[in-house]
Amino acid sequence: MLRGTLEGEELERYVEERVVMTRFDRMLGWARANSMFPLTFGLACCAIEAPISIVTARYDLARFGAEALRASPRQADMIILSGRVSIKMAPIVRRLYDQMLEPKWAISMGACSSSGGMFSNYAVVQGADKFMPIDMHIPGCPPRPEAVLYGFTKLQRKIKGNPDQGWRQRYNAAGTEEWARGGAASQPSREAAEAYEAARELAHA
Amino acid sequence: MPDAPGLELIRGEIEDGHPGAVLDTGFEYEQAVLAVDPGQVLAVLTWLRDAPGQGYRFLSSLHAADYLPAEPRFAVHYELLNRDRVERIRVKALLAGPAAGNAGDAQALPEIDSCVELFPTAEFQEREVFDFFGIVFRGHPNLTRILLPEDYVGWPQRRDFPVGGEPVTFTFNERNYG
Repeated sequence: MLRGTLEGEELERYVEERVVMTRFDRMLGWARANSMFPLTFGLACCAIEAPISIVTARYDLARFGAEALRASPRQADMIILSGRVSIKMAPIVRRLYDQMLEPKWAISMGACSSSGGMFSNYAVVQGADKFMPIDMHIPGCPPRPEAVLYGFTKLQRKIKGNPDQGWRQRYNAAGTEEWARGGAASQPSREAAEAYEAARELAHA
Repeated sequence: MPDAPGLELIRGEIEDGHPGAVLDTGFEYEQAVLAVDPGQVLAVLTWLRDAPGQGYRFLSSLHAADYLPAEPRFAVHYELLNRDRVERIRVKALLAGPAAGNAGDAQALPEIDSCVELFPTAEFQEREVFDFFGIVFRGHPNLTRILLPEDYVGWPQRRDFPVGGEPVTFTFNERNYG
């Protein structure tokens, strides 16, 4: 369209139809929810449903903008706990979660990672939220791929609507990044820390 | 698999060289079993492996069982296989548990000789038995936990080990135990 094609009232109506006013954090949440990078991570049999089935052609998580599976937690912003977490695996899962950078989300998929499931014994953690914050629990043994997709869209709605519902503070789920937990070698530079704090204030304002 | 007379022949030949090594013979779940004295288990395994006409050179499995409340309580099972004749024989070494009435003494672990020298495949399997049953294999090159975390406390496959987990608030459980 060239300048001068529309004039006066027509131009006003044209702009009104095409421009959306929103808050910045809303727009940020919308962008985040629709470009999730899940971590390539499978724990047990649910991994057949979660990272394998729902990203392939039949169910196709790409429709919701999460097809780019990342092989490193540093690049990912969602982790799906697909299967039972054994007591030997739990510190490793927690470390992966701590290596992910904010903003990050965790889905506990299936009965085992949500509650221990059928493995009520010496070797399995009775629910992954004992050692890390979980944003969404998906029941099932295993959940059908449709259920996983439904849980994922619920998580998207959570991110778009109100990403900070207070529970993250209550459960010490904010600021869990590995370098943020201290230790001399893991300290960020002062500029990086200030930029991080500023970004958080902006996102949580 | 040796039949009942064959098993008695094996027992007799072992007894010739190692008196008192074989405590009992029998068939469990259609499997020939030699119950042996744990002190002489290596002699029996060596004989079954090397004696002419025996040739049980393949240890297909080594595992343990807890027969609580029976006494002796533990058994280490050696599943031997002759791959030429496709014959199997089980050697079972019965071990007494920690002394009765002294359950608090967790250090008193049952001990048996390691057969890693005879069958190198036993190395990981003996570690697994140690991991879950707390049976010490004397002479094992690296007897540490293999599957559970290194700092784990207890021997979880023993029958007196608590099942663990958490009670679930199903209505069935509440009716029975609530």
